[in-house]
Amino acid sequence: MKVLVSVKRVVDYNVRIQVKSDGSGVVTDGVKFSMNPFDEIAMEEAVRLREKGKVTEIVAVTIGGAKNEETLRSALAFGADRAIHIKEEGEVQPLTAAKAFAAVLKKEGAQLFLCGKQAIDDDANQTGQMVASLLDIAQATFASKVEVDGSKAQITREIDAGLETLEVDLPAVVSVDLRLNEPRYLKLPDIMKAKKKPIETIGLGDVGVAVEAGTKTVKVAPPPARAKGVMVKTVDELVSALKAKGLV
Amino acid sequence: MSKILVIAEHSDGKLNASVSKTLAAAQKIGGDIDVAVLATDGAAVAAQAAKLSGVAKVLVVNNAANAYPIASVLAPQIVELAKGYSHILFPGTTYGKDLAPRVAAKLNVQQVSDIMAVHSASQFDRPIYAGNAITTVEAAAGTVVATVRLASFTAVAEGGSAAVETVSVSAALPSHTRFVKIEAQKSARPDLQSASRVVSGGRALGSSENFKVIYDFADKIGAGVGASRAAVDSGYVPNDMQVGQTGKIIAPELYFAIGISGAIQHLAGIKDARTIVAINKDPEAPIFEVADIGLVGDLFAVVPELQGKL
Repeated sequence: MKVLVSVKRVVDYNVRIQVKSDGSGVVTDGVKFSMNPFDEIAMEEAVRLREKGKVTEIVAVTIGGAKNEETLRSALAFGADRAIHIKEEGEVQPLTAAKAFAAVLKKEGAQLFLCGKQAIDDDANQTGQMVASLLDIAQATFASKVEVDGSKAQITREIDAGLETLEVDLPAVVSVDLRLNEPRYLKLPDIMKAKKKPIETIGLGDVGVAVEAGTKTVKVAPPPARAKGVMVKTVDELVSALKAKGLV
Repeated sequence: MSKILVIAEHSDGKLNASVSKTLAAAQKIGGDIDVAVLATDGAAVAAQAAKLSGVAKVLVVNNAANAYPIASVLAPQIVELAKGYSHILFPGTTYGKDLAPRVAAKLNVQQVSDIMAVHSASQFDRPIYAGNAITTVEAAAGTVVATVRLASFTAVAEGGSAAVETVSVSAALPSHTRFVKIEAQKSARPDLQSASRVVSGGRALGSSENFKVIYDFADKIGAGVGASRAAVDSGYVPNDMQVGQTGKIIAPELYFAIGISGAIQHLAGIKDARTIVAINKDPEAPIFEVADIGLVGDLFAVVPELQGKL
């Protein structure tokens, strides 16, 4: 069984985000970028499924500019066999990404599409669901457990009410949540080996997709700051402070 | 004028509290507001939705396939209902987040996720980078498909008496996805997302047994109970209690962060709390930067004492 994993290059999760003074976006110059942490979990799951003998080939895919090749190299170091880079230098929003990934999924005949539940830059949480919708196939979002059995999979999902289990027919889209696994630490030999693995570069036109009209960013602003708080020294002072605010 | 369809989340015959907050966002957009209830027998849920203020009409789609909400089954029905509407709004719960993009893709529109403020019928604020930046976006032409960030809106009141209309849809529904089970945490405590008071515990609790301190205090003040990602990852409490960027985003009147350091991830979930009280033994903990009232101390001494004095 072949699995397709989408990965996205995002500002590293440890970076303290700064909004540009002209309100046009956030500062990305000189900032560290990494693979979206949720996508790392998706990659790790693909590799574990292969280790369990459920998956025979792992293909990583990304859409974006030239620098995204680094992210694909990380995916290859995780254990992807090969990678596809859909090169697009302009802004790519989820609907466009989903159309491109859906086309690749179909062309590759992959039975499973794994992705992070959201990217930590735009926090959109859309692409996986859109891929499934465009192909009219099953989806299981926010996965915390994935069990593949022949032409079916059982997925446990983290939802507001608790843990839900769905059974889906393959092909299916699974978007992964934090507790699915702990991604492995990439070792130097794997990183070296990844340099020799093939990356196929294509354009959106090669998969018959055009950039969709997306939302337009009017401005980006920092969140409103909270008023400075007070430190109290004792529980009695805390009780008084709560009473003064009319909270107890 | 806008014509807005709000998709009603519900379970066990009860309308989810998220619907009245989604309606508040719809009212900010303005226009005719209808609510859609997709269920096996949606009469009871529809009656609850009809009472909410500002609802013009409640559409009920009864189908045995809707016994349990499965996005790929609900989406084609909503796409059919969407005809004639300018906006389709979903609550920003896991239900809405799962379902909305499935509808947006079918309508061939770019979805707007997590709207937190409405500037016009097509211009909204939404958080990015875990709420560390707020972007104002103009939706593309076509139907606006959006999820609503619940913590940013106050529930609409009751007092309405909307008409309830049963409609049938002809969309073919897939059978590739089957509900197996749900392991729900049954709790007598207030629901985390609608509670006016929430007490959360973090890694410093050290064990699931020690979380009793948090539960006891919460019960004393009638609060819901949450937890940091660290506490969930350590197995002290189940995942549905997680508050933060990847857990629940809440906006209680009073929030107690106990033994929580205050990672960016957690802060993203509590930014809208009216008053944040932090209790932590580490005076350098980042939680104190956002707390309205901070107390440095050992939670195992401070919390029982506080409980006794309230």
